[in-house]
Amino acid sequence: MYDAPASEQKVTQNTTKIAAHKVQVFYGDTHAIKDVDVQIEDKTVTAFIGPSGCGKSTFLRCLNRMNDTIDICRVEGDILLDGEDIYDAKVDPVQLRAKVGMVFQKPNPFPKSIYDNIAYGPRIHGLAKNKADLDEIVEKSLRRGAIWDEVKDRLHAPGTGLSGGQQQRLCIARAVATEPEVLLMDEPCSALDPIATGQVEELIDELRENYSVVIVTHSMQQAARVSQKTAFFHLGNLVEYGETGQIFTNPVDKRTESYITGRIG
Amino acid sequence: MTDAATNPGAATPRKSSLLTLDDRTRRRNASEARFKAYGITAIAVALFFLIVLLFSILRSGLPAYTTTVADVEFTVTQAQYEEAESQLFKTKAYEQLFIAQLQDQLTESGMQVEFDAAAIERIMGKVGGNIREFYQANPDQLGQPVSFELSSSSRVDGYYKGRVTREGLQESRFLQLSDLDLVDALAEAGIIRQAFNWNFITGADSGVDNPGGAGIGASVVGSFFMMLVVLFLALPIGVAASIYLEEFAPKNRWTDLIEVNISNLAAVPSIVFGILGLAVFIQFMHLPQSAPLVGGLVLTLMTLPTIIISTRASLKAVPPSIRDAALGVGASKMQAVFHHVLPLAMPGILTGTIIGLAQALGETAPLLLIGMVGFVARGYPDGIAAGFVDPNSAMPAQIYTWAARADVAFYEKAWGGIIILLLFLMTMNIIAIILRRRFERRW
Repeated sequence: MYDAPASEQKVTQNTTKIAAHKVQVFYGDTHAIKDVDVQIEDKTVTAFIGPSGCGKSTFLRCLNRMNDTIDICRVEGDILLDGEDIYDAKVDPVQLRAKVGMVFQKPNPFPKSIYDNIAYGPRIHGLAKNKADLDEIVEKSLRRGAIWDEVKDRLHAPGTGLSGGQQQRLCIARAVATEPEVLLMDEPCSALDPIATGQVEELIDELRENYSVVIVTHSMQQAARVSQKTAFFHLGNLVEYGETGQIFTNPVDKRTESYITGRIG
Repeated sequence: MTDAATNPGAATPRKSSLLTLDDRTRRRNASEARFKAYGITAIAVALFFLIVLLFSILRSGLPAYTTTVADVEFTVTQAQYEEAESQLFKTKAYEQLFIAQLQDQLTESGMQVEFDAAAIERIMGKVGGNIREFYQANPDQLGQPVSFELSSSSRVDGYYKGRVTREGLQESRFLQLSDLDLVDALAEAGIIRQAFNWNFITGADSGVDNPGGAGIGASVVGSFFMMLVVLFLALPIGVAASIYLEEFAPKNRWTDLIEVNISNLAAVPSIVFGILGLAVFIQFMHLPQSAPLVGGLVLTLMTLPTIIISTRASLKAVPPSIRDAALGVGASKMQAVFHHVLPLAMPGILTGTIIGLAQALGETAPLLLIGMVGFVARGYPDGIAAGFVDPNSAMPAQIYTWAARADVAFYEKAWGGIIILLLFLMTMNIIAIILRRRFERRW
């Protein structure tokens, strides 16, 4: 599928997983996200692109309330996950984050063994009844992270001893170990070399079968390669959102066209 | 393009060889060399002072670890014992027995020295009492030879350590010139010798007139109980406060105020904490005076800022990506802190705590204010609870008390005490290094 031009990628109509309506984000007095409306589909890879500082990462972090950890950050508007408002006062962000997993820009494995890295999430959520269960979850997650074959003989070696690309796949495996429904990825390949990037992209495409994946990326080629839907952010606004093929070949907005052809950004 | 062609400077750029240094480079290199020389000088000066300090501590302190003793082998028969017990001045009778046997031993070694009971008393103290006490406690030893190790008077000890000289000796009722002849003769006969002063390590403080009997042991115990109080109060309070302030507290004017005040507290002179302890713990709360418990409370107050500051610094040093990772898989804030951040910050926390404890161990001024002065440490506490509440002193206060005493014999005790204190501090620092190595992890 990598060879297929963006316009010919198969587009499926899936149900809406996350619906954002009139989302505003403020950092102190700075208005970082303005009036963003977006419908993210299930079993789809959605890419957020845009120049640095346009708010795409900020918006991504709103989707699992990671912005709660920043004191001065304030979010307004509605974000619905399966029709439930995630910013409702009754929602515990901990439960939300078990459903909406996240992979970060820099690989950040815990300074523990590979096994413990994966097992941590299932342990704190009580997903495994016994050791055998946990072993199974670890193996399954590492297989989904496409890293099982490389680490199966050294599960008790420290996760920090892996190479950058392996670490990032370990982090993806860690994120899927808690059985999330949505996977958020914040520039997951920006610290990786082209070969590791290729492996992670391949993995993202496989993950689409089970999860709704949202990926923030700086690389337009990457967005074109892995995503079915693309959203273009500029200066805190969602400028354009649509099928990846359409965004890259026939953008509606002048700004999208300028960015894609390299005139802004 | 055309400008370059018309500009003669650009047309013929100045060529310089890489093999010759130009002026600017030479000046730069010279200033770098000067700077290195300053650094090396500074280190050399610091090392010099350190060596001088260590040398003078060892030179002045080591004599405290030796003492002059008289070894006398001595036999008292049953008949002699009964006769002595029947007399009015019983200890005098034992002393006569002792002198007679000592005289025999000296004659056996081929030495002719005349001495009387007064001379023996000046050299070895009142030996009669010691001997009587021994035989009353061990009547089965009667009739057999018993080896007595009698400690000599501090002036005789001073004679061997150079405090007392023949030339400078002022004859007094404590020591006369003829006594020194007897001491020399006894030393030659192998009766007076130098021995390791166990009493200095295990003993308690003695009175101002008995420097020979002074030991630091009781104050070591006092310091130990104080450190227990400090460890069990300052570590949990300090770490809990730091975790709350660093990880959970909202950043607002109040937490800023608290933060500034903690930093300021670290710089408050320790004597201020001492007077606070006196006012609050003793005068207001009526806790016992001179008790290691109160000393520990005061030192806890003093150590808390150090522990909080170092704990916060090591929590801050944990990369935020680890917190993100934990939160990202759905850990609660507390799980993220306790499962991931705290273990990574542990080496820093432990180092900070041990450095805080070491600082508290060496603190004198606040202890003097709450009555933990050296002369209080007259014996060991009987039991754990008594260890906390019975009057005692601590090592630095004991050293201070000795240094302040008039008798020069206490001077070497003060230096000797400093050696013990430094040994404890070094041990704690080594433990800190080992813990840091063991818990250190990479990410």
